[in-house]
Amino acid sequence: MKNKVNREIPDSILKDKQYEGFQTTDFGQPDIQRVAPKVTAQTGPSKVVDSIKQVVKETLQDGMTISFHHHFREGDFVFNLVMREIIDAGYKDLTLAPSSLTNVMNDIVVEAIEKGVVTNITSSGMRGSLGDAVSHGALKNPVIFRSHGGRARAIETGKIKIDVAFLGVPNADEMGNANGMNGEAAFGSLGYALMDAQYANKLVLITDSLMPYPNTPASIKQTQVDYVVKVDKVGDPDKIGSGATRFTKDPKELQIARMVNDVIVHSPYFKDGFSFQTGSGGAALAVTRFLRQAMLDNQIKASFALGGITKPTVDLLNEGLVNRVMDVQDFDKGAASSMKNSPAQQEIDASWYADPANKGAMVDKLDVAILSALEIDTNFNVNVMAGSDGVIRGAIGGHQDAATAKLTIISAPLVRGRIATVVPDVTTVITPGDSIDVLVTEIGIAINPKRKDLFEQLKKVPGLPIFTIEELQQKAEKLVGQPKPLEFTDRVVALAEYRDGSLIDVIKEVKD
Amino acid sequence: MEIKQTALAGTLESSDIQIMLSEGSDGIHFDLTSDVKKQFGDDIMATIKDVLAAYDIEKANVKVIDKGALTPVIKARAITVAQRALDLKDQPNWEVL
Amino acid sequence: MAADERLRRTMMFVPGNNPGLIKDAGIFGVDSIMFDLEDAVNMNEKDSARYLVYEALQTFDYGDAELVVRINGLDTPFYENDIKAMVKAGIDVIRLPKTENADMIHELENLVEAAEKEFGREVGSTHLMAAIESAMGVVNAYQIASASERMIGIALSAEDYTTDMKTHRYPDGQELLYARNAILHAARAAKIAAFDTVFTNLDDEEGFIRETKLIHQLGFDGKSIINPRQVAPVNKVFAPTQKEILNAQNVMAAIEEAKRKGSGVIAMNGQMVDRPVVMRAERVMMLAKANNLIDAEGNYIEE
Repeated sequence: MKNKVNREIPDSILKDKQYEGFQTTDFGQPDIQRVAPKVTAQTGPSKVVDSIKQVVKETLQDGMTISFHHHFREGDFVFNLVMREIIDAGYKDLTLAPSSLTNVMNDIVVEAIEKGVVTNITSSGMRGSLGDAVSHGALKNPVIFRSHGGRARAIETGKIKIDVAFLGVPNADEMGNANGMNGEAAFGSLGYALMDAQYANKLVLITDSLMPYPNTPASIKQTQVDYVVKVDKVGDPDKIGSGATRFTKDPKELQIARMVNDVIVHSPYFKDGFSFQTGSGGAALAVTRFLRQAMLDNQIKASFALGGITKPTVDLLNEGLVNRVMDVQDFDKGAASSMKNSPAQQEIDASWYADPANKGAMVDKLDVAILSALEIDTNFNVNVMAGSDGVIRGAIGGHQDAATAKLTIISAPLVRGRIATVVPDVTTVITPGDSIDVLVTEIGIAINPKRKDLFEQLKKVPGLPIFTIEELQQKAEKLVGQPKPLEFTDRVVALAEYRDGSLIDVIKEVKD
Repeated sequence: MEIKQTALAGTLESSDIQIMLSEGSDGIHFDLTSDVKKQFGDDIMATIKDVLAAYDIEKANVKVIDKGALTPVIKARAITVAQRALDLKDQPNWEVL
Repeated sequence: MAADERLRRTMMFVPGNNPGLIKDAGIFGVDSIMFDLEDAVNMNEKDSARYLVYEALQTFDYGDAELVVRINGLDTPFYENDIKAMVKAGIDVIRLPKTENADMIHELENLVEAAEKEFGREVGSTHLMAAIESAMGVVNAYQIASASERMIGIALSAEDYTTDMKTHRYPDGQELLYARNAILHAARAAKIAAFDTVFTNLDDEEGFIRETKLIHQLGFDGKSIINPRQVAPVNKVFAPTQKEILNAQNVMAAIEEAKRKGSGVIAMNGQMVDRPVVMRAERVMMLAKANNLIDAEGNYIEE
């Protein structure tokens, strides 16, 4: 069948995997039954065990689902330590269900796939050699990509049933009280991992810093933890987050940021008490700086900033321009280290952040979201997953979730090198055009025709060139030329879920 | 026309293309490296071939390292390398421009 | 004099052999883009840059910007081919570096005219400008500025000039005071544009704004810039004040009123409006529009 974003979803997948095709961005008010983890009671004085090898042996069986978090990002040691033991022990047929997969995890996952240790994966995304391997059909079963909110929903409803979660933490006590804020490998918010902590049948904490009992503040509590393993180092602090955030000097990014700021400031949402999510990346950080000036000039303060947090956002909090920072992860050291000193920087889990199957998530209250795109098409559908060569190299992250904001702005250059960003039809639909309001490029903006109100408001803004998205697409094509269509086989290598659990697109094996 | 010397034009900077032109035995042979080879490989080679044809170069080996160059850049680098290979560096062929 | 009343607040240098910068030069809202075949291009790459700029001019969309090419000097082997290629490409303006006297402009004009005829371009369609980079050039500024009907402007190039003067650049710009005024007078007497030199320290925004304010006060049309980040500060300095705009609007209204009445005399508050006042008002309105200070109907936008 073709779903509502005109993507052909093979009937076999809909039937065998019991999926619905994507219909609408409106989640409605369904009743939802959540699941609960199995608890193995214990009353002993300590949960500390000698080695990862031992705890793997005690907890894991063939065919189980294991999970990890990606808060250590490119500085992660834990994933490789645990997967090494699992591969060497010869387990088979595992499902890998991390919050996301970073480059530092690629090689060992490819090895695990080749050896039949891992036969199913669900993740927010993947890149590099792993994305390449999956796109070339290395994995037997299709990968399932879910947004951060979608993963939370899938865990709560039992679609992802985590048998054993292996969670690295920069500190923990002997009973498993832990947080992400202290220790050499501190990364700030444990947001995504809190889902695993709450729902996994067995929870193994891995830390390099055993603290005196009781360790507080405890984001993960001893009531959730089965084992604590002490290792030498859980991560490389220099690679966990980018160091000092540098304000971009790229004139093109600055130009985009200036126009994004113009759109926000002239929208009906820029008023006292508004809320926003900016994400990371050069242009997003520059927007934060422009927005700061606009808030000062207009004497406007924001009620909250949401999502992945950077130092410039924390600066706004400290300056009193933002009332609360609702923090699911921290992108740099500045943001990570400020949480412990600032009660207004609240750690939130992925469900609270972005899960639609919920009694209200933070994204539902979000006014302005600034998001990126690998591609955006003339229906405003956005691809953040597959490269222009069809190979998987991205992550949904919170994209689908934050895009439900009242004003969702995609900030992206018109072209990157010889690759057009604005295209007639995206390679893979991840976020439906229905939830996108404005595209900002370096040469001007395009407004979703559904937002006539925004058009009326923004057309009066001097120095803000407005095009139709078709015009922007044609300008891009005129620059780069018309690419040769990509070739795929019929084999589906990945499924992209919308945040409600319906299928928004499938990714096929690339033909080389 | 006969290639007089192996020549090189362009850089490995982003948005540029480096073309090396040397004498060949029959026809035009390409060795193309590009991140966008799948989508634009044929187009890149056709652009260079057109320029070589305008200079009546019929036998050549063309080694290309593309860094996402747009067509006018490819054309300019192809003209430069052809002029250099034919030892016409300071005598532009105004018909080709 | 080919001087038209276009705005020339910013003239951005773009290295002629850099595809990335050439491709994007049109997106920053500069008034003039100057592709550089001279100092920004290595001696061995003069041919590359010439063809690259040529192809770029055939293809890329630079909007309303005036397109200028700085060719290699008359004493170089690249000079004649640069002229031919750029005339064939249909460039708006050729900028001659190191101009010392009017004869250099005459020679350039002859070659440009020959190229226009050879490549079927309208004779006279290629405009010229001169960079003044020496004491001799400053002394001859008026002769240079008025050497040809094709001349649209002269520019001070301070690095070579200060070397020639046995000094170097200072933050307060005292060493350039004479040259700036001489060039400005030459340009105004010849009724063409005057461009100030570049400010190279991108990290000293304060110094850049101070220098831009100075040359704005003196009366320059605009400033040569080396980075898109310098566009906004220059435009801000050149932006008219609210008072200037409101006054200009009154003058424009008086002109309309005179037109409507079929009267040759423009009057405002019972007083006759002189030609200079009209011209200043027109320029203020043009600057106000370029700085987005008035809307499409010419109304002042309250911030």
